[in-house]
Amino acid sequence: MAIEVRIPTILRTYTDGAKAVEADGATLTALIDDLEHRHPGIKERLIENGDLRRFVNVYINDEDVRFIGGLEAGLADGDQVVVLPAVAGGA
Amino acid sequence: MVRRGAVGLDPVPRLDPVLTIDQATYDAIVAHAKRDHPDEACGVVAGPEGSDRPERFIEMVNAAGSPTFYEFDSSDLFQLYKDMDERDEEPIVVYHSHTATEAYPSRTDIGLASEPNAHYVLVSTRACFDEAAGNNDGPVEFRSYRIIDGVVSEEDVTITPTEESSR
Repeated sequence: MAIEVRIPTILRTYTDGAKAVEADGATLTALIDDLEHRHPGIKERLIENGDLRRFVNVYINDEDVRFIGGLEAGLADGDQVVVLPAVAGGA
Repeated sequence: MVRRGAVGLDPVPRLDPVLTIDQATYDAIVAHAKRDHPDEACGVVAGPEGSDRPERFIEMVNAAGSPTFYEFDSSDLFQLYKDMDERDEEPIVVYHSHTATEAYPSRTDIGLASEPNAHYVLVSTRACFDEAAGNNDGPVEFRSYRIIDGVVSEEDVTITPTEESSR
């Protein structure tokens, strides 16, 4: 099983500069664990206290995972996962 | 001399501490900030990857709709990056407005800045409106920063004339 994961600029330090990497997993949780195995340190940038970080967006095939089960969202071979940090701030 | 033609053709350093932006794009950012006042306005100017040239102005909706916070809507954000990816672009400028404070990155801005290659433009509209929110044509502050690993460095802003033919 292979799932393409698109990595944002700020996290490419964990992927030797690669814009996209492959990982496996039947759920987003499993995928992130596999990513961590391949690219140590990346999990902590995505997960906080067992949940997706508030200002990190993850999409499975164009859908924000927050609307499709969050970390339990299912994955299948050929799916595409996109990670994008929120663009946000405040006075 | 054979090599003479190469003089001056060295690529512009990636982190040139100047934002060079054309007048029309500058005006569009200022107009957006004024229009959305007292809420924060936000957007991006995309350009060819690695070029450091802000060329395509993209106004974004502030999903927070707030005078003290801004956030791109999650599906808009996805679409934006998908479009830029298809065009081999990156965000050259990420801009937002402060409507009651100076045009300097807040702690939240610094903590959430996640585009190390972008110029973070801060616009302040605090002097443009009087207490009744009437436009008094006061100046808009327009400043630019790099924000990398929590470190803010202000940079100069150079405004160039807009070339009609290139737009």
